[in-house]
Amino acid sequence: MQSETKSHVDQVKSPSGFPVAVLRFDGDIASTSKDAVLGAYQALPKETTKLILLDFTGVDYINSSGIALVIQLLIEATNSGQKVCAFGLSAHFNKVFTMVGITKYAGLFPTQAEALAAF
Amino acid sequence: MSEPISTKVEVRLPTRMGYEKVAMSTAASVAKLMGFPDERIEDLKTAVAEACINAIEHGNRLNEGLSVGVVLQAGADELEVKVIDDGTGIKKQPAAPDIDRKMHGEEDPRGMGMFLIQALVDEVEWVAGADGKSSYVRLVIRLDKEAQ
Repeated sequence: MQSETKSHVDQVKSPSGFPVAVLRFDGDIASTSKDAVLGAYQALPKETTKLILLDFTGVDYINSSGIALVIQLLIEATNSGQKVCAFGLSAHFNKVFTMVGITKYAGLFPTQAEALAAF
Repeated sequence: MSEPISTKVEVRLPTRMGYEKVAMSTAASVAKLMGFPDERIEDLKTAVAEACINAIEHGNRLNEGLSVGVVLQAGADELEVKVIDDGTGIKKQPAAPDIDRKMHGEEDPRGMGMFLIQALVDEVEWVAGADGKSSYVRLVIRLDKEAQ
């Protein structure tokens, strides 16, 4: 019933020339999305990946279990000295992420270009 | 004097994760017919989805032999949604989530559903069934919230 979450990683550079891993999600983000969210993140090499962007452009539905997966990703990233930003959330999920406090640990931006400029 | 306008829509969901989206879509359709703005419809969708997830996971404890009832009552200027399960109801409401405690491993990253429901609708109450089951959560979202 839940649409399967797909994810893939693109490697880009910030305007300052730093390498950035972009995790692009597509589909619902719910309790069934662990592999697509945490699995994709954990497959990134920690030694060389210091800046991470989460792309929610292709995501229509995120529930509290999905938000919990994003928080788990942020915990691991913080413990590994990585910086995380996100973009592409709808206005509603921008509000929800702000309400639960995620903005304290990950900047939210409307577009990839604006998010990259923050690195 | 004209009769008050009231319309009831009922949906019965299987106790299976993902089917909360059926209730969410139904609630969104009713709210759209009532003239709610898109922003409030998005609030309602998340609140209804979280109420159904709680009913599936905690109320019915994922028992697929049970179902979740969703009753939407559209009034003239408000929409009431009841989500009914076969659980005993909640004993006490969890504390509001604390992102710092979550980030430091002092609090489960999950457990935000009830907080989101409370934050996104105008009124909410959790009612334990008198017979130890048929508990429900009742949500109300008002059409004129912006004017209040």
